[in-house]
Formats: sequence, C-alpha cells, structure tokens
Amino acid sequence: MFSKKIIRHYMENKELKNIASQVRRDIVRMVSAVSSGHPGGSLGCADFLTVLYFHQMKHNPTNFNMDGINEDVFYLSNGHISPVWYSILARSGYFPITELSSFRKISSRLQGHPSIDKGLPGIRMASGSLGQGLSCAIGTAETKKLNNDTCIVYSLHGDGELQEGQIWEAAMYASAKKVDNIIATIDYNGRQIDGDCDNVLSLGNLDEKWQAFGWEVIKMDGHNIEDIKSGLNKANSYIGKGKPIVIIMKTEMGQGVDYMMGTHKWHGSAPNIEQLNNALEQLEETLGDY
Amino acid sequence: MIKKNNIELLGEKDTRSGFGEGLLEIGKVNDNVVALCADLTGSLKMNAFENEFPDRFFQVGIAEANMMGIAAGMTIGGRIPYTGTFANFSTSRVYDQVRQSIAYSNKNVKICASHAGLTLGEDGATHQVLEDIGMMKMLPNMTVIVPCDFNQTKQATIAIAKHNGPVYLRFGRPSVPIFVKPDSKFIIGKADTIIEGTDVTIVACGHLVWKSIEAARELEKKGISAEVINMHTIKPLDNKSVLDSIAKTKCIVTAEEHMMNGGLGDSIAQLISRNHCVPQEYVAVDDTFGESGKPADLMSKYKIDTPNIIEAALKVIQRK
Repeated sequence: MFSKKIIRHYMENKELKNIASQVRRDIVRMVSAVSSGHPGGSLGCADFLTVLYFHQMKHNPTNFNMDGINEDVFYLSNGHISPVWYSILARSGYFPITELSSFRKISSRLQGHPSIDKGLPGIRMASGSLGQGLSCAIGTAETKKLNNDTCIVYSLHGDGELQEGQIWEAAMYASAKKVDNIIATIDYNGRQIDGDCDNVLSLGNLDEKWQAFGWEVIKMDGHNIEDIKSGLNKANSYIGKGKPIVIIMKTEMGQGVDYMMGTHKWHGSAPNIEQLNNALEQLEETLGDY
Repeated sequence: MIKKNNIELLGEKDTRSGFGEGLLEIGKVNDNVVALCADLTGSLKMNAFENEFPDRFFQVGIAEANMMGIAAGMTIGGRIPYTGTFANFSTSRVYDQVRQSIAYSNKNVKICASHAGLTLGEDGATHQVLEDIGMMKMLPNMTVIVPCDFNQTKQATIAIAKHNGPVYLRFGRPSVPIFVKPDSKFIIGKADTIIEGTDVTIVACGHLVWKSIEAARELEKKGISAEVINMHTIKPLDNKSVLDSIAKTKCIVTAEEHMMNGGLGDSIAQLISRNHCVPQEYVAVDDTFGESGKPADLMSKYKIDTPNIIEAALKVIQRK
C-alpha cells in the first residue's frame, strides 16, 4: 500500500489511529533505547503528522526527490521532535522501518536532529536550532510559485519556538508578499524545556498575533483525527487566496502516555526500561514494532 | 598568466558594481538565478537585475535572518538564490542561519557580501566586518571567494552559478584600480600568479592585491624580486600555487583586509606549517575593531597599506 508513486491516501480514521498508535510505540522505543531524545513533543504531534503524511499530503515516499517538484513539501522547524518524524517517514515508505533502531547512534542517518548530510530520504533541510523553518518553507513556496507548481508547503513549529525573532520576520514577509501556498502549523502544547510557556515567556494571544501579522488563522484539536482532517481541509480551502495560513493546533505534550502528560518534564527526557514498558502497555502495537 | 610588465591599469571602479553587472549577466543566461536583497538594492548594485527580472527579485526588507532561510528554501525546486546585503549582515548577524540552513544543509545559495572590511569607511566599526572570511571558511561545504577588482568580481559572480553548493562572495564599496582583463576566465580555487619573482612570495586577496602589485614594484626598485599571487579563493585554497612559489622564494607575506586571526594569512600558515615551513609575515588588522574615516586613511592607520606590505617583505626576507 505504500509503494505507489505520487500518492494521496485518504485513509479512514480507524486506520489513521492505528498508525498513530504504532508511531507512538516507535517514539518511546527509539528514545528509550538510547536514553536520549525528545518524547514529549513527538507524542503530541503523532496524530497530526499521521494525518498529514498518510491522508493529506501529495508526496512520493518511494522515490524521494530533493527538489520536491509537483509534490507537497513538509518542513519540521522544531527539529527536536525528530523521533515522530522519523517514524512517520519510515512507516510511510521513505526508508526501512528497521532503520529506526539506529536513532541517535554513531554513523546513523537518523541524527538527533534532522539533517540531510547523511542522505536520509524525506528530509530537505536541517533543523534543530529553532526559528528557521518558516523562512525555509516560505522560500520553497516562492520557488513553487515561480515554477508554476501548484503543490503546497507545510511546516510545523513548536509554540515555544515562536519566541525566536526570525519567526516574526518570516510571518511579516509571508503576508506582505502574499505567500498563499503555505500552511504553517503551531504545536500549541503550552510547554517548553524550562516549564510552561506562560511562565517562561508568555506567548500572549497567539490568534491575534498571527491575525495582526496578516495570516489566516485556523484552530484545531491536534488529537482528534476528524478535527485534524477538517482543519487541514479548511486550510487548503484558503490556498491561493492571497494570505498565508497558520493552524494553531492544541495538543498535549506526551499525549498517549499518561505519566508524560500534564508536565513539561518529558520534553527532552527518555523513559527507562520500566517506564518504557509502562508506556508500551498504553499503546497498542498495530503494525508491528521495528 | 599576466607577467608583471603586462599589468595594465584598465580604470577604476568599485567591486560591488562588478557584482551588479555579473548578476545581471548571469540572470540573462540562467533562468534559475534569483536574487534576494535586504533593503540595500542600491548599495549592492542590484537595481539592474531587479528592473530586468522583477519576478526573480525578492525584496525581503531589513530581515537578514529571514532572507537566508528563504534563500535556503528557494533551492528546493532548483533555483539558485543570490543574497545581497553588507558583509557584516551576511555573516555575523546571520551566522546560525547560514550554518544550519545553508552550510550544514548544503544548499546552493550564493551569499554575496558587499562593504566588507575597513574600506566601507565613514560608517565605522559597526559595519566594518573584519571577521567574515574566518567565520565563513570554518563552515564545512562553504566556498569562500574574495575577488580583487571590478572585472574579477563580475567574473566570479557569473562563475559561482555553475558551482553547486554554498558560496560566500566578498567584495567592497570603494572605487579601486581595475587590472584583471575583462576576458579572463575565473576558476574557483585556482590562484593567479600575477607577478613572478624569486625573493619573496606575496599572497593577497581583495583590495590588497593591487596594493601588493604596488609593493612589488617598489621592492623591484630596491633590487628585490617579489612574486605576487592573487588568492581570490580562500577556500578551497590553491595549495600548489603557494607551495610551488615558496619552494622558490623561501618566505611569504600574506596581505588581506581582514582580521589577522582567522583570515587568509592563517589559511596559508596552516598550509605551510604542515608542508614546508618558511617565515611568514602578516599584513592584516591586528585584533582590533575599525573606526570611521576615509578608506585610504583607515588602510594606512590599521597598517594594511602598500608600505606595510613592503615593510613585511623586507622583514620576512631577513628572517630566511
């Protein structure tokens, strides 16, 4: 089912939930195996990225092309949630799922933060130092316009990442220059390494901020498959209408593993064996572990 | 190779204008070339490209970090972005963006940097970046080019479109002598030995190449035969040209409009210390910021002028 050329999957919600559950198992197993990595945000974005890659995006997993011409292109700006992206890429056919076991190990293509230098299919830009992905996404959106390529560019950003100034340089540019073939999504979980965003540096009213910067703002629940589908549909309906589009996606850091939810503590900490087994008991193995 | 007797003064012009003309020319023959500018179109001489190709020109405003990210993203789909702003804002202001989104991601972005060094003049130290060659040459994947005059800057601007990978192209503001022939071929990584000599090797880049020619002529009057190498590509360095030359002269002077730490001189020092140790003298700015003033006065005050090259040559010959 993953071997077709350029594809859109249009999956049923049940199938998507099954994939997301397996992706969550991959995430906790990957980070636990190397006692490092970022499970919290990864778990929180599992549902969104599952819908994006298996249902929404037009893309070509089996014949990855760096230029992405006539494909939708995705940028992960908050590169630290690489575990969820790697799992999604492997499970959608970009590279063998067995390779997930090399995450963060020496000579692996699955670097701690995404990179292109080792040639992992599916990745077009390094990320990790925060705040840079929106500019990159805008650049690709501009090239798609020049190339008369009607496919669109998606990007994902952490909410804490919005504290970086470059995000707002990019936000200002995209609306001023009418970059209306981009859909940026904010992982709005309200938490960052040092604690709640409100305590570290409050983001204020995000909806109003993006609106004031001239973006079309859509809100959705990042853990409701149907809501993600309809949010992405709505976002797509605004493509080509003169404004860039942002989705403020409400999520829970650590979603799916009870002891990782409701806290920032699992932003960048890996579970030990006992904690891993506890997590795996909560996550159904649907597609087979790697 | 241009022998010393053949070096002709062809006129005077700023190197940034060479960039502007080169950009227009490459834009005419390569549809994939796009240009981005952060509110310095006139200063970078990008107006001609903007007027000729408005759809391929992107004004990003005073937001250099965003410009570097957009440029990186524009390569996805086959475009060749040329970014234009001052050297300081092309490097130190956006180092992390250049590092992650361009160098580490190995994107085909041409970072074109004007007003480099002290010769920016009256604007003073905030704008006179003297660390940029060092910063950029330290980045893996990055090619670093510092052309010497109007013609060579134009030729380099055209040549880098054919090189697939990130490039830092550094040029300047003031009007300086033109001596590279307009039909010369620019080869990345291949130095030009523009004067042949036997007593001392002078390796220079950018505005200091002409100063080195002047120095060689003065040294000749003292009976000293200086070889002058125009090292327009700092990275990858043309090791062979340098090693062949010092095998003959047994000493070397490096000359650059840059900080002594981390510039062309340090690249040469690394090369010779690992291959063929000979005495070296630096003509470069010695661990200090610049200041406001006329370019010629600044070159003199900060000891990167013709007399300083002569002095360094005489000193290094004594150390042989």
